[in-house]
Amino acid sequence: MELIFEKSKDKRGCDILPSCDVPVVEPDGKYLRRKELHLPRMSETDISRHYTELAGCTYGINNGFYPLGSCTMKYNPKVNEETANLPGFLNIHPLQTAHTVQGCLEVMKLAEEYLCEITGMDYMSLQPAAGAHGEFTGLKLIRAYHRDRKDDKRTKIIVPDSAHGTNPASAAMAGFSVINIPSTKEGYVDLEELRKAAGEDTAGFMLTNPNTVGLFDRNILEITKIIHDAGGLAYYDGANLNPIMGIARPADMGFDVVHLNLHKTFSTPHGGGGPGSGPVGCRAILEKYLPAPRIQKKEETNESIGRVKEFYGNFLVVVKALTYILTLGGDGLKKASENAVLNANYMMNQLKNTYPVPFEGPCMHEFVMSLEELKKETGISALDIAKVLLDYGIHPPTMYFPLIVHEALMLEPTETESRETMDRVIAIFKKVYEEAQTNPQGLWDSPKNTPVGRPDEVTAARNPILRYTF
Amino acid sequence: MGTYVPNTVKEQQDMLNSMGYSKVEELFSNIPEEVRMKRPLDIPDGLSEMEVRRKLIQIAEKNKVFKSIFRGCGAYRHYIPSLVKQITSKEEFVTAYTPYQAEISQGTLQAIFEFQTMICELTGLDVANASVYDGATAAAEAVIMCRERKRKKAVISATVNLDITETIKTYCSGTDTEIVTVPEKQGRTDLEKLEEYAGEETSCILIQQPNYYGQLEDCDAVKKIADKNGAKFIMSCNPISLGILKTPGEYGADIAVGEGQPLGMPLAFGGPYLGFMAASESMMRKLPGRIVGETKDTKGRRAFVLTLQAREQHIRREKASSNICSNQALCALTASVCLSVMGKKGLEQAAALCISKAHYLAGRLCELEGYGLVYTGEFFHEFVTTCQGDARRVMEGLEQHGILGGYPLQGENSGNILWCATEMNSKEEMDELIKILQEVNG
Amino acid sequence: MKEFLFTKTHEWVQFLNETAARIGLTDYAQKELGDLVFVNLPEVGDEVTVKEEFADVESVKAVSCVYSPVTGTVKAVNEDLLDQPELINSDPYDAWFIEVDHISAKEELLSGEEYEQFIHEEE
Repeated sequence: MELIFEKSKDKRGCDILPSCDVPVVEPDGKYLRRKELHLPRMSETDISRHYTELAGCTYGINNGFYPLGSCTMKYNPKVNEETANLPGFLNIHPLQTAHTVQGCLEVMKLAEEYLCEITGMDYMSLQPAAGAHGEFTGLKLIRAYHRDRKDDKRTKIIVPDSAHGTNPASAAMAGFSVINIPSTKEGYVDLEELRKAAGEDTAGFMLTNPNTVGLFDRNILEITKIIHDAGGLAYYDGANLNPIMGIARPADMGFDVVHLNLHKTFSTPHGGGGPGSGPVGCRAILEKYLPAPRIQKKEETNESIGRVKEFYGNFLVVVKALTYILTLGGDGLKKASENAVLNANYMMNQLKNTYPVPFEGPCMHEFVMSLEELKKETGISALDIAKVLLDYGIHPPTMYFPLIVHEALMLEPTETESRETMDRVIAIFKKVYEEAQTNPQGLWDSPKNTPVGRPDEVTAARNPILRYTF
Repeated sequence: MGTYVPNTVKEQQDMLNSMGYSKVEELFSNIPEEVRMKRPLDIPDGLSEMEVRRKLIQIAEKNKVFKSIFRGCGAYRHYIPSLVKQITSKEEFVTAYTPYQAEISQGTLQAIFEFQTMICELTGLDVANASVYDGATAAAEAVIMCRERKRKKAVISATVNLDITETIKTYCSGTDTEIVTVPEKQGRTDLEKLEEYAGEETSCILIQQPNYYGQLEDCDAVKKIADKNGAKFIMSCNPISLGILKTPGEYGADIAVGEGQPLGMPLAFGGPYLGFMAASESMMRKLPGRIVGETKDTKGRRAFVLTLQAREQHIRREKASSNICSNQALCALTASVCLSVMGKKGLEQAAALCISKAHYLAGRLCELEGYGLVYTGEFFHEFVTTCQGDARRVMEGLEQHGILGGYPLQGENSGNILWCATEMNSKEEMDELIKILQEVNG
Repeated sequence: MKEFLFTKTHEWVQFLNETAARIGLTDYAQKELGDLVFVNLPEVGDEVTVKEEFADVESVKAVSCVYSPVTGTVKAVNEDLLDQPELINSDPYDAWFIEVDHISAKEELLSGEEYEQFIHEEE
């Protein structure tokens, strides 16, 4: 497809701004730009069509099934968009005086309160802009806590090998060294390994629960006890909160600090990669370290970890999440979780005789299938299955994650899919499995019906072209 | 109560039965009794769509929307072209995930590629990433990019927005990078002090252009000092100003960052905004976050992909230089559409209007008794004045006229006001402001 | 041509004299890693230590460490690899990563035959 710059034509353009109604002032020539500025020169018609064409080459939630495991691609309610676009939220300067922003503060206070109730935490900060940003912030709280107690030897964060890559990366960025521990073959925390790793240099332990293979770790109280007994703090990665709202709370599992992903559990859209929102919750012992500024009228403490971004977080995303929570209510949130789990189990049960699921028993909101055997038999990999699904108009599941399962495909249908949709998808998955046996070449050649085929990623990385050259 | 679960209670039961279960609780058998919630969530009952919308409207009405805004400090009110909202509301753009599956994400990918190109054009640098959370985190990531084994000091001017400096400090507090602040002199970076503070252990020098007080910095001089000490030069820029001001590329900066909010994003009580980052070619592989590259598909057609991924956290884990695993894609799209509609001419016009209006406003304010420019250097669209009486009180007095006045500064500048004017402020509105201040001055 | 010796972590070493050697990745390693797209190399003057990583190689979706079979000082790095990492795939025994001198220690190295035997057992 042509780039917008290739559609540009000299002398074309839109007329947006008025002429100047005050005397014109220009800065001294030494401050002026000499370098030519290339921006599109186009009529509004052509710009509008260009982006409409791009939208047509983008697969959103409403284009079809989107079972991207660990990403919780649930439906994004339209009323959330309406409330976030109210002029009384859009046109508020972040540095207005407090008495003129009482509505914004009420949104934040309510969101904090409800998120505390859902997680069991005592305090919440809405500042972090995304999950990884929340991890960084939460880990900084842990660091500040140990430092404040002059417990400077606590420099290590323990992370299971099944964790999201952001966990170890955030720990390193927050100034810790990382100890990776192996998981059991079911993806659970290996208690023996954890006991061995935990000690007087342990600052904390990060865990996703339900874990990254979609199972709830039933040893959770023992796990957090091992960490606490060693003098460390337990960090809850909220990526998988969707199946446990109103059912089990991270605080009751023994966690001290959590981050949430409002763009997963609380239905705010992903926007093709952002903006999201990654609030951080903590127990009272960590409150004084929360990032500045806080909503409460309290004096800011000197112990705060400081700022993690400008202003107060991705406010409009918080408006959307609050709208969602108010719409569902306490009972509705629990029902959403139950249905997320029901849908995942339904799909797993229908598929497990075709695609091996390496773990037994009911799953939570997602499950992992291993295509290791299929690959050995037919040469068809998880990637090939993913690519042929594109031709059926389905967004593929998460591929090759968690790292502890080989040739993994991870499915998370979410609660917002109907039985018919799932039945249709199950049939396609089974059909594709047969094709892998009978016509592997067809799969290797896929996708065929998409705007482009498989891209050459090797050349892209060896000889990067990262911008258009005029 | 609202719900987004399509299956009816009967369908849910049928699905359970088909698996040999009778109750949904059985699916949660792995959760130990001790950690189960024994009571319902203490969150009010759900609401219908009409009720929830009404409730949020009521909350929003508790905020005061000002008809005139003369406040900036990192968040700027600009005109948002009509097309911007229309395009960025398209469901596909709004609801898609990160473009991992390139074949069905060409729209998102191409839009980011075009965004990267536009950021390179604005900054005059070689490469740009797909964006980060905001201008402050962009600056923090830039400082981290410059880290070298033998260079542990990042030198930051006191004229950089304090929120940015504070964010950099938080980001660097776990590392061995030390932050050194160079004082200001007459509202600009004290170049003599900068000479003194910079040395062979300096990793980078960060300057904001225009700076927090709106003043234009002598970036040529800063570049010389950076070069002399072998340090990297980072510029934090206002994107509208780059329509006419000398680019970071022309100054010889290694990295340019900035807050992209002025490019089509509403004030929105501080977010979501957009952090942009561009760098010279030699620093390409140190750029954090998502980067989109052009390549070809199996049939030789042009295709876009996320590339240089081995830098990132999902592959490099604890060895990654940044943990970022997203970008502000929809905000980047907003900026791209805004820049496309404005075009070169529109952006130049916006920048020129900002300067002219700010100078008009400054001139008119200086006619008032007790008001005068605190700094004498050239400025873009912000400037600092003294104030007759208690600055806070005077600004609060403007509120009842529907005017959000300048920002009352703190610290050494306490009692002074940081004003901002953009293309949104008409002459009439500025004259009205002066009239009211005259009355207050009595 | 000087003899190639090997490690169990799939590096090769070619001694230029008693205290100097070139180090690279084996053919088996490059095949396992697939198309390489970038390599991170140390700088001249850096110290390398036996069994500790001194470089890493990137494919599109993975990054792998390269370990030093010797302790010594980096005398030269093969900058051609920075522009053309594909050389590691096309001619692994010519695509040396670094040249080390002042070698003071080395790990127990395998001969060509022993290495063949080792990878055979690994598979």
